[in-house]
Amino acid sequence: MLTDAFAEAFHLIVSGSDALTEIMALSIQVSLSALLASVLLGLPIGTALAISQFSGKRIAITIVNALMGLPPVVVGLVVYLMLSRSGPLGVLELLYTPTAMVIAQVALITPIIAAMTHQVMSDLHDEYKDLFKSLGIGTGRAVPAYIWDARYSLSTTVLAGFGRAISEVGAVMIVGGNIDHLTRVMTTAIALETSRGELAMALALGIVLLMLALIANAVATWIQGFAQRNAYV
Amino acid sequence: MHSVTRMSNEIRIGIEAGIIQSNQSSHRSKIAVRQLSLSLGGVPLLRDINLDIRGNGITMVLGANGAGKSLLLKCLHGLLKPQGGEIKIDGRPHFETRQQQAMVFQRPVLMRRSVLANVTFAAPENTDSREIADLLNRVHLAEIANVPARLLSGGEQQRLALARALITKPSILFLDEPTASLDPASALIIERLIQDTSLTGVRILFITHDINQAKRLGQDVIFMHRGEITEHTDKNKFFTNAESREAIAYLSGELIL
Repeated sequence: MLTDAFAEAFHLIVSGSDALTEIMALSIQVSLSALLASVLLGLPIGTALAISQFSGKRIAITIVNALMGLPPVVVGLVVYLMLSRSGPLGVLELLYTPTAMVIAQVALITPIIAAMTHQVMSDLHDEYKDLFKSLGIGTGRAVPAYIWDARYSLSTTVLAGFGRAISEVGAVMIVGGNIDHLTRVMTTAIALETSRGELAMALALGIVLLMLALIANAVATWIQGFAQRNAYV
Repeated sequence: MHSVTRMSNEIRIGIEAGIIQSNQSSHRSKIAVRQLSLSLGGVPLLRDINLDIRGNGITMVLGANGAGKSLLLKCLHGLLKPQGGEIKIDGRPHFETRQQQAMVFQRPVLMRRSVLANVTFAAPENTDSREIADLLNRVHLAEIANVPARLLSGGEQQRLALARALITKPSILFLDEPTASLDPASALIIERLIQDTSLTGVRILFITHDINQAKRLGQDVIFMHRGEITEHTDKNKFFTNAESREAIAYLSGELIL
């Protein structure tokens, strides 16, 4: 039975099943949208935490680090409460839409991007600060230089964020509702199909998810290797 | 830049022919320090430093490890803020003249970029690319301009750090042991560059532990011990007739704490 399920799963993948393609496309669309928003938020937050001085900086760093470990279902619950009809953002009617799933994923991965950016930028700032001060480089030139010189480490950070987003299930299940043709993504579909005994579809989605994770890791490893060979990290 | 290089070459040729003496002394920046003190973590590290640097040549800074040499240069350059005293450069507060200063650190800090990109980053706006190429040529790095900077050898890295400092066209150059741990050939290239730079009228303060190097390059010597300047005198006088007990012990090779 398991062999049959695997055979059918591969057939679904190779034949480009419409259902599979639709779920994959939505998963990638939601995760990339969330990733883009998280990078736009997390990169400046992490950079600011690394290079600026302000009172409460240690507390802010501690909070960002703590947020990295947020349980996805709790994030899902909070976003659900915010977006529900009686919640503060209920008027927007976003619950059970892909946008709600993007919001939940942004809440989950922004702290990861911010915390990892902070770590990368702090190391670079410690290394460069005397040089920049000596050369009279102001913040306006320093920040782009930090981002450029940390580009390889930051790209690994972004890929880690994508990996977390695409594999997330709890939060998107709560705020998306796993509605067919609307908010069904790979992880929620795997949970549903498994519970229904439709192992072929669940396995096909699992294999695709695994492939995406492997590709993201392979790219990250290649980037790190290239950067290390050229002493760019 | 071509004119600068031409001038530099003419000076070198003139020196080799025994014709030209440094005559840019009147343009050299003058440094005046009064009652400078620095403490870090409550520990006094520089005490009551008074200093006038207005000679024509390179000022060598000597002293045992922990004497405060690097801290003094960092204060002069504005990287550290002293608790007391004042530093003036050509009569102006030193922080107003930051753009005229450059520093080469003992451990060169190289950006994660190519050799060329490191120099380009430090270059003032509108710097001609030929000027950068010419400078890289002078530090013998032109052929590896596109190599990642942090893959260079120790000597090459220090030459790059010096080139990056020079592209800012400083009037004061602080050098913190730029030839430490380098082989003689690399040290020689750097020494020649520094001598050439000094002859163009740049004020140079140079920390070293190499007494022979101080004799070769210096015009005057600052000797520091435990955060204080115990001597600041002409090189010949220092090496033949040092006055302080610590300097005498240092020059005779005794271990001093």
